[in-house]
Amino acid sequence: MSALLLALLLVPLIGAAVCGAMATREDLDRAGRIVGLASAAVSLVLVVVVWSQFATGPGTPRFQFALSVDWIPAFGTRFALGLDGIALTMIALLAVLVPVVLAFAWADKLPPGRTGSGFTALILATQGVLVGVFAATDVFLFYVLFEAMLIPMYFVIGRFGGPRRQYAAVKFFLYSFLGGLIMLASVIGLFVASDTRLGEGTFDWTALQGMAAQLPLSTQIWLFLGFFAAFAIKAPLVPFHTWLPDAGAEAPIAGGVILLGLLDKVGTFGFLRYTLPLFPAASQELAPLVLTLAVIGVLYGSLLAAAQTDLKRFVAYTSIAHFGFIALGIFAFSSQSLAGSALYMVNHGISTAMLFLVVGLLIRRGGTSAMTEYGGVGRVAPLLAGMFLVAGLSTIALPGTNSFISEFLVLLGAFPREPVFSVIATVGIVFAALYMLWVIQRTMTGPLRGAAVVGDGPGAASAATFGGDTGSGAGTGTGSDADESWMRRTTARFGDLTRGEVAVLAPLVALILVLGFFPGPVLEVLDPTVSATLSEVGVPDPVTPNGVPR
Amino acid sequence: MTGPLAPAFPTVDYGALAPVLIVLGAACLAVLLEALLPLRVRGRVQLGLTLVAVVGALLAVIVRATSGAPAVSTLSGAIAVDGPALFLWGTLLALAVPSVLLLADKSVEPGGAFLADPVALGEAEADQQAREKAGVGARSASSGSSGRAGGSSGASGARLTGRGGRPVEGHTEIYALVLFALGGMLVFCASDDLLTMFIALEVLSLPLYLLCGLARRRRLMSQESAVKYFLLGAFSSAFFLYGLALLYGYADSVKLSDISLAAAGSLRPDSLLFGGLALLVVGLMFKASVGPFHTWTPDVYQGAPTSVTAFMAACTKVAAFGAILRVFTVAFGSTVWEWRGVLWVVAIVSMLIGAVLGLTQTDVKRMIAYSSVAHAGFLLLGAMAITPAGLSATLFYLLAYGFTTVALFGLVSLVRGPDGEATHLSAWAGLGKRSPVVAAAVTFLMLALAGIPLTSGFTAKFAVFSAALADGMTPLVIVALVVSAVAAFFYLRVVVLMYFSEPAADGPTVSVPGPFTTVAITLGVVVTLLLGVVPTAVLGWADGLSFLG
Repeated sequence: MSALLLALLLVPLIGAAVCGAMATREDLDRAGRIVGLASAAVSLVLVVVVWSQFATGPGTPRFQFALSVDWIPAFGTRFALGLDGIALTMIALLAVLVPVVLAFAWADKLPPGRTGSGFTALILATQGVLVGVFAATDVFLFYVLFEAMLIPMYFVIGRFGGPRRQYAAVKFFLYSFLGGLIMLASVIGLFVASDTRLGEGTFDWTALQGMAAQLPLSTQIWLFLGFFAAFAIKAPLVPFHTWLPDAGAEAPIAGGVILLGLLDKVGTFGFLRYTLPLFPAASQELAPLVLTLAVIGVLYGSLLAAAQTDLKRFVAYTSIAHFGFIALGIFAFSSQSLAGSALYMVNHGISTAMLFLVVGLLIRRGGTSAMTEYGGVGRVAPLLAGMFLVAGLSTIALPGTNSFISEFLVLLGAFPREPVFSVIATVGIVFAALYMLWVIQRTMTGPLRGAAVVGDGPGAASAATFGGDTGSGAGTGTGSDADESWMRRTTARFGDLTRGEVAVLAPLVALILVLGFFPGPVLEVLDPTVSATLSEVGVPDPVTPNGVPR
Repeated sequence: MTGPLAPAFPTVDYGALAPVLIVLGAACLAVLLEALLPLRVRGRVQLGLTLVAVVGALLAVIVRATSGAPAVSTLSGAIAVDGPALFLWGTLLALAVPSVLLLADKSVEPGGAFLADPVALGEAEADQQAREKAGVGARSASSGSSGRAGGSSGASGARLTGRGGRPVEGHTEIYALVLFALGGMLVFCASDDLLTMFIALEVLSLPLYLLCGLARRRRLMSQESAVKYFLLGAFSSAFFLYGLALLYGYADSVKLSDISLAAAGSLRPDSLLFGGLALLVVGLMFKASVGPFHTWTPDVYQGAPTSVTAFMAACTKVAAFGAILRVFTVAFGSTVWEWRGVLWVVAIVSMLIGAVLGLTQTDVKRMIAYSSVAHAGFLLLGAMAITPAGLSATLFYLLAYGFTTVALFGLVSLVRGPDGEATHLSAWAGLGKRSPVVAAAVTFLMLALAGIPLTSGFTAKFAVFSAALADGMTPLVIVALVVSAVAAFFYLRVVVLMYFSEPAADGPTVSVPGPFTTVAITLGVVVTLLLGVVPTAVLGWADGLSFLG
């Protein structure tokens, strides 16, 4: 059993090592990418097997597939892995998204001197380390992997990113590293506390959970704040978010999907796995603070998303709003809101991945991520516009898409305990519709504009504006002729989705719809962990078993 | 060992002292060989002798440490061979091996860094040009360079020959100097009384001053650095001596344990004790390049030949912190609450100076120098916690930091421009493309210095910080963590330059290292990795050691 989990961790790392060894040879590029895809496929199969064997009935242990060996006895650290429901869903999401992004990146044009297998190696390394982060049941091991996951992503942004990639990569690294170091203070603090209270220092999650909950409130608050700093930076809560738009905008599309869809989830995952169970009293004491930040994040992220003119930054800001929702659900402490947040983490990963990939397909055609360079894309590339719509509606949680269930659960579960915060956050849904529909309107509908007309990268901007002006402003007899000829030119240069691209997006569309109607299987896996977390926090659930608020 | 009735001649535990005796004996032998051997074979014999002595002494340490022999104080209590001393000796000798290999390498720079006279330098250059014309000199990987720096004779065995076949030799006395310095360091961190410590301080310092200046034929800066180091070093020795005198006045003894006894329960005026401690600490901190006593560090690190810098940066730090640990624990452990507040300030200042000034540096060697000042601050955290955990953490940190630093300086010596080493940061742009292996190694070592997990730097920082936190130094640990984040920026800057920037058109070349340098760098990188992933053995050794007395 535990061998399966170990394999989940090692397969991507071995794949990364093989691809990395091939990365310096241009002629092995294709072989390296195939190895990468094969490794991702093996991971996916393994996840399916693990999912099918994961027990969800009552009385299941907190961590399944557990594995534990001595690592550094002097520090009391063990190489300990185990899966709970939340970790399993995260790892499953990872296993779905990695093959998708690798397939997407197949057609990417790389900067000079970079190889596709090098990129594949970095993505696989991120995958391997992330599996470890989600599966670690030793706090020291978690910290080590938490910091280690920065390094491959740092190189993904720095080597394969956009024009300001150096700045974005360093900012990303330093923000996360600083957060991690503050967490390290708390990790050491836990170790020291366990040394005095349990007789010997330990990092075992279960032992620490029993011990830390007994600590006096002031100690708990300090330790909580250390963990909170790291997680609030990672799952960016306003005001710790400024690195995300930069990193998201400069990362290559495939790297950005992993960054926004999964790497950031480590923050909310950390709230659920570490801050709540380890410091229950402090979590309750400081919940108003976190909830305030969460709601500010919802509103601020939505408003700034509406104001963006760059598509990638736009997606990054929508994520900030969504992370606000997730944090709201976590710190409202009810079974529905917690389950909603855990499900939201999966759904946000799928929707954002879809949205980011569609934006990537648009940029691949238009050569720029500036919104003003697109207009009327739906007329030349209807399938692409349709995919954008699906992604957009899923992002704003339209009923029938996956996100609706989770957002609804969060708000429903949060309302009995935190009515004020829930009502304010609900306003965010309206803003979400505003920013998303506005972007769709500006880029997908209306007259042809910008890159959609000439399809020749940022340099074509002036010509495009000129064309748009004559088309709408003059309105003479030649205008329609000119429109027609642009149409022909653009269909040649700005094609609709190819079959391959549709195949890349298809699994995500399927997940959006299936989870929109049948979230049951995922919720079933999440439920035991959610109730365990809630009992570890030790607050009464404001929701009765039949789902009615008390 | 020696009571009042013991014979006048002190008993000597030769077994315990064997490592020191081997190193100092070899140093004396090296001086004799310098005078007697013909020039042609001198270099090789000296190198062989040095390596044999260092490895032999290391084996002696290992035998002693594993035999479970009890800690002894020998030579009338002048030297204590206890657990920490053996660990420090092992560290020093283990670090000396790669350092000596770097010193001995002549493949990177024709004739080595230590050419004895200007004629030889001219001959070396002429010879190098002739070799390049004849196609003998193996060109390094990049071809965009001009001048002698572009070439490097592939094997270190290929010896330069001057006019008439006379071998061009550098200063072969470097080996004797290194052995003396090493012997001084060994005694320094094991000396149980202040007078012995002072003599050891001089024995280790004087050869280092000379070594710094020995590359003067290559670079004028070498000479400048030697003068600076000597003048400031002389001052610090004077401080140390003054402190010693005050403490003698206070305790009537220079023995560390007597000072502790005198401080524990006496009505003598404290001003002598703390005045003496302050002056003593200034001398020790100077050697350990703890800020604000660090001012010599950047200049000397930059000016000294890189191989000497490697030796100095790694080994001097170990010896100095070894002595600091011993003085704090044995002599001043009983009064810790009265002087620790001052050291809090020193540690914070050191960390801040290292991190903040490190940000502004544009020269790799100066940057590493400031980084070493910040690391000295971290080390001080462990040394101040007078607990077993603090001791073992500091010892582990010294070992980890030493190997990382030696390997890093070895790599720095490989990046060369037309005028020798290209240490300006701008010259490192695009190194990842020109020389992926060197860039990857530098990246790994930079991450280790930054303290990223799975490197020895993280394990060491973790050990030190947890010891400090357990001893109630929470604010200091917070400062240290913030400083770590700031310092990470300048380590990352090098990585950014190497990987994310395009190489300059007339950038430097990366020499193909000879076997000696390769071994030294590989050793450092492997140890850095192993201590990050499986540190158990070394941590186990460091754990549970305690000073005698």
